[in-house]
Amino acid sequence: MDGPKIFEKLKAAMPDAVMASGSFAGQDWVEVERGNSLSVLRLLRDDPDFSFDCLMDLTAVDWLNQGMPERFCVVYNLFSYRDKIYFRVKTWVPEEDPVVDSASGLWKSAPWAEREVFDLYGIEFEGHPNLKRLMLPEYYTGHPLRKDYPLTGAGERDHFQKYNRETGE
Amino acid sequence: MEVEKELEGDLGSRRMIINFGPQHPATHGTLRNLIELDGEIVTKLTPEIGYLHSGFEKLAEYRTYNQVVTITDRMNYLSPLSNNVGFAMAVEEMMGLKITPRCAAIRVVLSELSRIADHVLSVGLQAMDLGAFSVMLWTFIEREKLYDIFEAVTGARLTTSYTRIGGVFRDVPPDFEEMCRTFMGKCSKTIDEIESVLNENRIFLDRTKGVGKISREDAISFGLTGPLLRSCGVPRDIRKDRPYLGYEGYEFDIVTAEEGDVYARYEVRVGEMRQALRIVDQALAKMPKGPVNVDDPRVALPAKDAFNKPQGGMEGLIYHFKNYMFGHGVCPPKGEIYSSTEAPNGELGWYIVSDGTQKPWRMRVRPPSLYNYQAFPRMTEGKLLSDMVAVLSSLNVIAGELDR
Repeated sequence: MDGPKIFEKLKAAMPDAVMASGSFAGQDWVEVERGNSLSVLRLLRDDPDFSFDCLMDLTAVDWLNQGMPERFCVVYNLFSYRDKIYFRVKTWVPEEDPVVDSASGLWKSAPWAEREVFDLYGIEFEGHPNLKRLMLPEYYTGHPLRKDYPLTGAGERDHFQKYNRETGE
Repeated sequence: MEVEKELEGDLGSRRMIINFGPQHPATHGTLRNLIELDGEIVTKLTPEIGYLHSGFEKLAEYRTYNQVVTITDRMNYLSPLSNNVGFAMAVEEMMGLKITPRCAAIRVVLSELSRIADHVLSVGLQAMDLGAFSVMLWTFIEREKLYDIFEAVTGARLTTSYTRIGGVFRDVPPDFEEMCRTFMGKCSKTIDEIESVLNENRIFLDRTKGVGKISREDAISFGLTGPLLRSCGVPRDIRKDRPYLGYEGYEFDIVTAEEGDVYARYEVRVGEMRQALRIVDQALAKMPKGPVNVDDPRVALPAKDAFNKPQGGMEGLIYHFKNYMFGHGVCPPKGEIYSSTEAPNGELGWYIVSDGTQKPWRMRVRPPSLYNYQAFPRMTEGKLLSDMVAVLSSLNVIAGELDR
């Protein structure tokens, strides 16, 4: 089953949820509405026509000031071991309310990937079993992969505790 | 913080929390695991990662595509060349470039040699953690020889940065084939030796067979790839499923095992080293002649003598200018791509979003180690503490890639 067919079938099954589709370099994706992302993903996993049994990767993209529908885009790269094809699902997440449903209940590979996105982008995943920072320390503030976060840091490192050789503190 | 609080409340009970890493020699990297023990049984294991987080993905957004190549090899300190190849391939796929046959063959040889470099060390460390120290020393000799080859080809042992978009930065040295053949002869002997020491070793078998088992369904759901997945009986190999670099032209088998335990992973790795030697042998035998870089003005510099030619000199100068000036250079079209290669540890994916400029808008690496390591608690909880070490070394987690 190829990309356009998947889109048609998804569109027929859930007309409200599926918004758009596209293709680049032979790879297809659909854009789904945020509220229904979980049900689309569940359909893609469970329906025998799709059977995307593996969430290969989950990540996000920050489209700050690029004229996109919303600022953030959460990207799911799915893979089907039966058909050996990839498929991409994208969900737009607004800046004011960066919350999306967690896919941790569907694939066991999701929890850490979602924690990483939460850590580096500040997007929250509702229903995640253990949503806390993955890479950065717990006391860190800010989300480094956001486009408005400077490359050299926003000054968090100035407040790191330092060891003083002379006083031994 | 959290742990200390828990500890205070539980003094006097049998439950114990120990901290394994981040500076423990058996973790082979900066990994931290909080282990709750009931006697000698691991009841709960919480991995904590991020000790080597370097912000490579952020940094890549500020570098041009050819500069990103230098970042990719720092992510993986066991097989940097396969990361170089994977990244260059993703961008080439995005631009629709077709690399030259010689370049593809060189990339295949070097990727397979780095697969051996990774597996040979992984097997060695696995054996070392279980007490067979001499195996580790033999494997380090092999890795040393491999690094000599890499040094001769790329000029660096670890930070290779060998590929460029559309090719490699220079051709291999004239005695490349001879070096590889010498290495291959010795390496296959070393693999035989490793097998003769470990395969019938009572201690090694007792500590690896049936340890750290994971079922096929779990492995797929956890997103395990590479030797870990193939040791569960799933014949998944991107080199076969979606051939790249002309892998369809080489004869090799997908090595699988059924048990999904530590021993199966060892078996798969050893088998893959032999297959890698087979591929290298074929690639060297039919190494095509010709240029290593594509003749495409979007990515390649004009030949040095292009400036002196009566005709086309000006054109060459313009291409040169376009390639180097800010705002020009390698600019893939607007779009996004997920491209993956079969790296030694599993599926190494590159999700690259281009906005049409010379820097990636977003570069996401799908690190095999991250997903492989996530399944670690599943493999160890309810088992003995000593088994945990055996499982950890069989995962072959590379911290640089895990944390990026």
